[in-house]
Amino acid sequence: MSSFLSQQVPLSWYLLLSAVLFSLGIVGFLIKRNLITVFMSIELMLNAVNLSFVTFARQWQFCDAAVQGCLLAQAHAVKGQIFVFFVMMVAAAEAAVGLAIIIAVFRARATLAVDRIDLMKL
Amino acid sequence: MNGYLHLWLIPLLPFAGFLFNGILGKRLPKWIVTTVALLAPLTAFALVLIAVSSLLGPQDGPSPFPFIETCPLGWLNIGTLHIDFSFVLDQLSLVMLLVVTGVGFLIHIYSVGYMKEDKGYARYFSYLNLFLFFMTVLVLAGNALLMFVGWEGVGLASYLLIGFWFQKTTAADAGKKAFIVNRIGDFGFLIGMFLLLANFGTLTFTEIATKLGQDPGWTGGAVTVIALCLLLGATGKSAQLPLYIWLPDAMEGPTPVSALIHAATMVTAGVYMIARNHVLFDHSPFALGVVAVVGAATALFAATIALVQTDIKRVLAYSTISQLGYMFLGCGVAAYSAAIFHLVTHAFFKALLFLAAGSVIHAIGGEQDLRKMGGLRKKLPVTFAVTTVGVLAISGFPFFSGSYSKDAILSAAFAQGDIGKALCFVGLFTALLTSFYMFRLWYLAFFGKPRGEAESNHHPTPWSMLVPLLILALLSIGGGWLSGAWTGVGRFGSFLAPVLGLSATDSESASLEVTISVIAFVVFVLGWFVAEMFYGQKSERPARLAAALPGAYKLLAGKYYVDEIYGAFVVKPLLLFSKYFLSPVVDKALLGGTAWLLGGVPTFAGALLQRWQSGNLRSYAAWLTAGAAAVLLFVVVPWYLVWPESLDFVWKVARH
Repeated sequence: MSSFLSQQVPLSWYLLLSAVLFSLGIVGFLIKRNLITVFMSIELMLNAVNLSFVTFARQWQFCDAAVQGCLLAQAHAVKGQIFVFFVMMVAAAEAAVGLAIIIAVFRARATLAVDRIDLMKL
Repeated sequence: MNGYLHLWLIPLLPFAGFLFNGILGKRLPKWIVTTVALLAPLTAFALVLIAVSSLLGPQDGPSPFPFIETCPLGWLNIGTLHIDFSFVLDQLSLVMLLVVTGVGFLIHIYSVGYMKEDKGYARYFSYLNLFLFFMTVLVLAGNALLMFVGWEGVGLASYLLIGFWFQKTTAADAGKKAFIVNRIGDFGFLIGMFLLLANFGTLTFTEIATKLGQDPGWTGGAVTVIALCLLLGATGKSAQLPLYIWLPDAMEGPTPVSALIHAATMVTAGVYMIARNHVLFDHSPFALGVVAVVGAATALFAATIALVQTDIKRVLAYSTISQLGYMFLGCGVAAYSAAIFHLVTHAFFKALLFLAAGSVIHAIGGEQDLRKMGGLRKKLPVTFAVTTVGVLAISGFPFFSGSYSKDAILSAAFAQGDIGKALCFVGLFTALLTSFYMFRLWYLAFFGKPRGEAESNHHPTPWSMLVPLLILALLSIGGGWLSGAWTGVGRFGSFLAPVLGLSATDSESASLEVTISVIAFVVFVLGWFVAEMFYGQKSERPARLAAALPGAYKLLAGKYYVDEIYGAFVVKPLLLFSKYFLSPVVDKALLGGTAWLLGGVPTFAGALLQRWQSGNLRSYAAWLTAGAAAVLLFVVVPWYLVWPESLDFVWKVARH
């Protein structure tokens, strides 16, 4: 199975997918008017990053142990996976807080268009 | 010394009175203000009396003096420089404290009557208490820096009280003048302190004296410069030539203030300072000579101006300058105890004369012009009696206080060689003038026919003004008996000897002192006689004399035009310099420009940057992305290809 993943689908494909997802996230973050869509774009960026994390972790796991030093490679692989958990955890916390803010904003302003939520303007 | 004597309480009690009346006085009923204001000097005086009582008992064991009290926390500790809050009670400061708190208390009582109807009653008494606080600090200080604190503080109190009626422009200007002229003297004091630090490494009076005593090589040179700098300070505070000009103007203040600050206590601070630092002056004969000459010259100079003044308070002001000149003369011939003796007796009779003048002014409704008084003898019998005592005391009537101290100074001067003899004759001539102008005042105010229109509505003098007058009159008569001898300083001098040393005359034969006293008496009678001729009998004689000598009269009436000369040569150039250089260039362009830049640059930058804070979420998002992209660019782009040297730096860091 392992050889299937590493050999059938090249590393660059995963990274390319990650980059595409991240760019989509940025574009959505920049151009969307709806606050929830903006929020979703941020989540998209986070998950694009997560994808590259696990990709690299996988890469380290199946690298040539004789060349790279087996223990070091294993440690790198674990690090990458752990980081994904951290990102997911932060994203979950952010989602909780962010959604709460969105609800509060909607109650107060009856709109979610970011162009109209500009009370802090000078 | 008694274990229960706390020196720090002596200044602190008046300070508490100042705070209380200064903060709350306006809202409290008058009797509370009065009680607090009087309790402050009374308790301080009582503490001083406790200190005196320790001297009265049987003297077994070591002398209780000097009694030193130091704040355990210290004050300044910079490198090798250590300065403490230390108070020293010795014979000299005890005498000064008795005068300051005693006369101060009497004048506080007098003020209760004098200022009764003034709106600033509480303010007046808080300032008066503040003055006592600083004056006692000045007197008790164990080092020059602490003395300087008191020195500046009494200057502040003096400024506040001269300008007490600040609605009057003349009073406000007089306050400013006093303060600025004193600053010139303070400059000398400061430089003197710096030089003391540089040469001795300490400002404590006793340590300086010890260091001077250890090394006989300390003569002239640095010591002379230090002594002259201190003398400059003393001439400012004690209104001597050339810095005397502020004192006559200081008469704009309330009369009790003139009595307390500008006659009895503050202006004698310079004399006290010289006596306190007398070891320095002893090591510099030149500086001592300068002190003596300045004193004698001031005595004569001020006395001649006093001859023709018509304002009763200004006559007294010039006579104060003249008497302070005697004290400087005494210091200058190393007869410090005689100078301090004159300080004490002068405090009594000059306070008395000022308070009596205040009583006259109060009674006839604010008139100060001698030419508009006259015939007050019958209307104000008590005031007349006490003024007579004061006039006799200052003119040197035998066995009144003034004669003892003045004759002591004159005979000490006579014993100091040829210059001393010359100065002694200057002093005797001044005594003649003193006798003349004091009796002139006496005749003009109390004899003859009433010349003014203000006489009709005269107020009765309240008891609070009469009691201090009577006590001071007794002190003016008997103050000289402190010496316990027929002439000279006697017992008073030997009491002060542990601090001030014995002066040269103490070993001289008593016959010299008797001779001088007899001459002084003749001079006194002569002055009285001339005054009687001019002002007692026929009133056209002074006018005829003035007409016969128009130049001299004009010169004296114009006070030698010293104010005008200073105005033309010091004040005017300074004002022009300020107006055309300091104000437009330094103040407006340099300082103002810097301040404008300091404020203007951030304002301008803020005006630009505030556009950034649009409040628009998507613009923030765009900036965020742009920032992240910039960071990414920085990390990803192979800068070492663009700029190869950067790689060297990376290698260097990596190697360490």
